[in-house]
This record gives sequence, structure tokens and C-alpha cells, in this order.
Amino acid sequence: MSRGADLELVNVTKSYSGTIAVDAISLRIKAGTYCCLLGPSGCGKSSTLRMIAGHEDISGGDIVIGARAVNGEPPVKRGTAMMFQSYALFPHLSVRDNVAFSLKMRGVGKADRYAKADALLRLVAMDRYADRLPAQLSGGQQQRVALARSLITDPVILLLDEPLSALDPFLRIKMRAELKRFQRELGITFIHVTHGQEEAMALADLAVVMNNGRIEQAGSPQEIFDRPATEFVARFMGGHNVIDLAGKRVTVRADKVSFAPGGESAGAEHVRTGTVTAVEYQGYSVVVTLDAAGGELTAIVPERQFFARPVEPGAAAAIGWNAADIHELSPTA
Amino acid sequence: MAAPALTTSKYAPYWQAAPIALIFAAFFLIPLAATVVVSFWEYTEYSIEPAFVSQNYLDVFDGCFADLPNLCVTFKTYLSTLKFCLIVWAITLVVGFTTSYFLAFHIKSLTVQMALFMVCTIPFWTSNVIRMISWIPLLGRNGLLNDFLLSTGLVTERQDWFLYSDFSVGLAFVHLFTPFMAVPIFNSMMRIDKALVEAAYDGGASTWQTLWNVIIPLCKPGIAIGSIFVITIVMGDYITIGVMGGQQIASIGKVIQVQMNYLQFPIAAANAVVLLILVLMIIFAMTKLVDIRKEL
Repeated sequence: MSRGADLELVNVTKSYSGTIAVDAISLRIKAGTYCCLLGPSGCGKSSTLRMIAGHEDISGGDIVIGARAVNGEPPVKRGTAMMFQSYALFPHLSVRDNVAFSLKMRGVGKADRYAKADALLRLVAMDRYADRLPAQLSGGQQQRVALARSLITDPVILLLDEPLSALDPFLRIKMRAELKRFQRELGITFIHVTHGQEEAMALADLAVVMNNGRIEQAGSPQEIFDRPATEFVARFMGGHNVIDLAGKRVTVRADKVSFAPGGESAGAEHVRTGTVTAVEYQGYSVVVTLDAAGGELTAIVPERQFFARPVEPGAAAAIGWNAADIHELSPTA
Repeated sequence: MAAPALTTSKYAPYWQAAPIALIFAAFFLIPLAATVVVSFWEYTEYSIEPAFVSQNYLDVFDGCFADLPNLCVTFKTYLSTLKFCLIVWAITLVVGFTTSYFLAFHIKSLTVQMALFMVCTIPFWTSNVIRMISWIPLLGRNGLLNDFLLSTGLVTERQDWFLYSDFSVGLAFVHLFTPFMAVPIFNSMMRIDKALVEAAYDGGASTWQTLWNVIIPLCKPGIAIGSIFVITIVMGDYITIGVMGGQQIASIGKVIQVQMNYLQFPIAAANAVVLLILVLMIIFAMTKLVDIRKEL
């Protein structure tokens, strides 16, 4: 039921009085994709989103939706809609009027616009709250109303600016699943800005890791986690040991290394020994950090295995890995 | 690391509220009560007697209802005061709103915003009598404005209506009271989340639609507070009308002041009570339209 349109960014640049926030990025997002823009704060992901949304002028390049460059067009004409970080619900309007706002602006009659607003409120299971004011709703409920409001213009691309950051951790995971479900049911493109790699991995069909206004890597979450292109991606995604090996920068996933207490060999092709500096219990597993020659190493050890021979910080230990698990990084630009 | 326990007696809040409560009682409640009481006293040319008669109120509206198609002096005076009130309210509202809008939505830097806001309040650094009197050399028959207009040939003879006229009174009112309107509206506007304006744009609203559907509704409490300031001041004013009107224009405040000068305190008090009731009715009507508590 995909009624979407492909989005293409061509050398899109944003500069604010001399400083470059987004540096000539190019990206293609197929219709119906759940795309996450991921990166630390200040990496240009929000500026990119706001340029796609039409809330920020483009300094250079083109944004193409479908077969049309939409530079300079207002959001409704582009076919985009945005869900704001703090939801930006109109505090003086009821939930129903909030959702129907855009139709009112277009001059749609009261009966028609309320009928469509109520239908969308049913979709997000908020129809019971139609007469309430936003201040009378919880954070999760406000988010659903914001979602309904942004869907009323029938956008082909929905833009979400850190939509889960205002929620507590438990609700965040619940709303995360709901966002994914809505995206699947609606069949439109979602572009979701986040700084949480866990959130991006859980949601994205296409994850785009950004740093310093550039795209470091774009691909499926599995691709990005298992085969990070650069040292930045490996460090940002976490769970990687970045190692200098024979003059090359390589990475070995922390769950693929073997860990052995004491100075003995960990039974692997490459072994480094050192002192345990931290032990962190995480339920399924235990994260052990080792201060070894050549830098810090981390091992994710299965819980049972760790507690069969537990270690304390300060103890000697070894971490080893096999050549098959080494992934070579390309030098960072 | 326990914080030192604050030993507060249950009377502490009352002590803390006591200073303002005492000032409020001594300088507002007691005089107000005295005014109401005196408005029912009897007076003659040479005496004032405590009593409880409604004669003063009857005198205020003497013949007003009998003559009704024609307006009595009291009604004419109220009408004139209300006319000033309405004109000044409308102009200060438009000027105050547009100024605040410019400051709140067009100036991006908070520092510049605050600097310009300070500039708006600079007139308050001088007394309002000086601010009024300063208009006289400008607007008078031989004033700068007349000189300028004559020299450019825009008028052929000196104009009398610039000073000591409805025009000069209105001008002085607007000059003096626009900040009272602008400050509460600016305060309301600064509380509007800028993301709401973006959300309206995202929904396809034009600038005017955003103004009408988002900004004005959210500024209503500020507009109401500013309106109360302006309306209550203009309704009771007699100094501005006196100075700028050349003591020739009637107002309710002026009537009360004249009666006080003749030591006719009971009728002055009755007039004051009538004015108070009228102003309270206007404020009550406005609070029915807007929930001011939102702003406090």
C-alpha cells in the first residue's frame, strides 16, 4: 500500500554565518523506509531533518521528493509533516482542534475536518480524549496526538525530531514499538532523528550515522553494527574494540572476544593481557574492561561463564580474538 | 549530610504576609471604606454631617433619567471619558501589540531583545508631568510643529487644534500608557513556544493565520492585563486631561477633583463610588472573556 515517494538529498549543505553545519551530504531514501539519522549532538542531523521539513533554508544542493526538487517550498506542498521534539501541541486548542488545525487553515468545513480528525484519533487510540486540552494528557498521549496531527495532511514523509527523548525509559520502549507499527501500517517514509544507537537499531530499515556535518555510514543497522566503516562509527555504536594491529586500525566486537582470568592464554589466535579496571553486571552478560598493552579492551562475557570464574578489578586477565573476527576500518576522513 | 531543619512555626506564613496586608489595609481598604461611608453623608455650603442618605447619588444623576433622549452633564462627562478610554485603548492595543510582536518574534538575539525592551521603558525614567509638559513647546500655536508646517507650506496659517484639544489629550494618553499595554503583551508572547509557530507553518498556516489562530489566542491574558491597566488609568485621569486639555475638557476624574476643591466631599465620594463600580464592571466583563490567572 506504499503511497510514498522517494527522497533524495543531493549535495545538501547548511551553513550558519560561516560555520558549516551540514557539509554537502547526499543520500537516497526509498519510499516506505524507516530511516534513522543518528549521531552525537551538533553532528548536523537535526539541521538535515529541518531542511527536509522546510523549516530551514538550504545553503546549497537539492532536496528531491518524488521527481521534484522541493527547495523553498512550504511543508504541506512538499508532502512532508513534522512531529516536534516537545510535540508543540497548541495549548489553547482541544485535542480534536489540534488534529484538525491544518484542515481549518485550508478552509475545510467544521463537520468534515472533525470527521477526519476523529478518524485519526481512533487510529492512535486517542478518540476518548478528543475534548481534552493538551495539558491534561500524559507525555505518551501527547505524542500520539502530535502524530495524529502530523498525519492529517496525508504526508508522504513524516519527520520526527527526537520524538522519544521527552519520555521516561519504560514508555520510550513502548512508544518506539508503536512508531514502528504505525510506519508499517501507513507505508510512508519515517525519518527519525535520534542520538541513541539502541533506538536506531530497534527501529531503522536504514540507519545513517552522521558526524561533523557529514555522513559517516548509511546502511542497515546490522551492517553498521557488524561492519562499521570508520573508527567513529565503531566507537559511536559501542560494543567494539578499536585496536592498532600491524599499523592498521581494526575492530573486534566485544562479544566476539574470549576472556580468561589470570595471565593464561584465552585460547585465541591473538592474545593481550592486562589488568581488569571495571566489571559491570548487565543481566545477560558482564562487561569487563581491561587495561592492556596497546590500549583499553572490553569483553562482553556471558553471565554464567563469568560467574564460573569471577574476577575483581585489579586482577590480571587476558582477552583474545581470532583473525576471522577482525574487521578492518577505513581511515577516517 | 542532612540539611539543617527549618524550624518554622505554623504562624510564620502569616507574619510573612503581614507587611503587605497591613499596607493594603491602611492605604486601600480603610480609605475605600471611608469613601463609601462619606458618600452617604449630608453636606451644605458650610457643613458636612454624618448621615445615611442617598441624596448624593440622586444629585450625581440629577435629571439624567427624566431628560433621557438629551444627555445630562453627568452622562455627557461619562460619555466623553468613555470615548477617550475606547480610543486610547484601541491605539495602545495596536501599538503595544505590534511593538511586542516585533520584539518577541523578529529579534532573534535575547540580548538585543532585552536592550530594545529597556529602550521602551526609558520614558518611565522621567515623571509623567514632565513628559506631558514637554509636548507644549512642540504642539503650541507658536510651537515647533506649527513652525515646521508653515515653513514647508503644508499649512498657510497656524493651527490651534494641536494643543489643548482632544487630539493633544489622546496623544499624551497614548504616549504615557502604551508601555502599560506593551509590557504584559510582550510577557505573554515571550512565553509562546517558538515551536508552536513552526507547527502552525508545518500545518500550512499563513503568517496571518498563525497570528490569528495561535499568537493572539495565547496573548489574550496579556492583552487583558494591559487593557485593565490602560482603562482604569484613563477612566480616573484628571491630570493629563487637565494639562493637555487646557483645563477645558471634562472627565469624571476632573469632576471629582473640582468637587473636592470645593470641599464637597460627600458628592465627590458618591461620584468616586459610581466610577469605581463602572470600572469594576468593565474589568469583570474582561475577566469573563479571558482567564487572567493563567498569566500569574
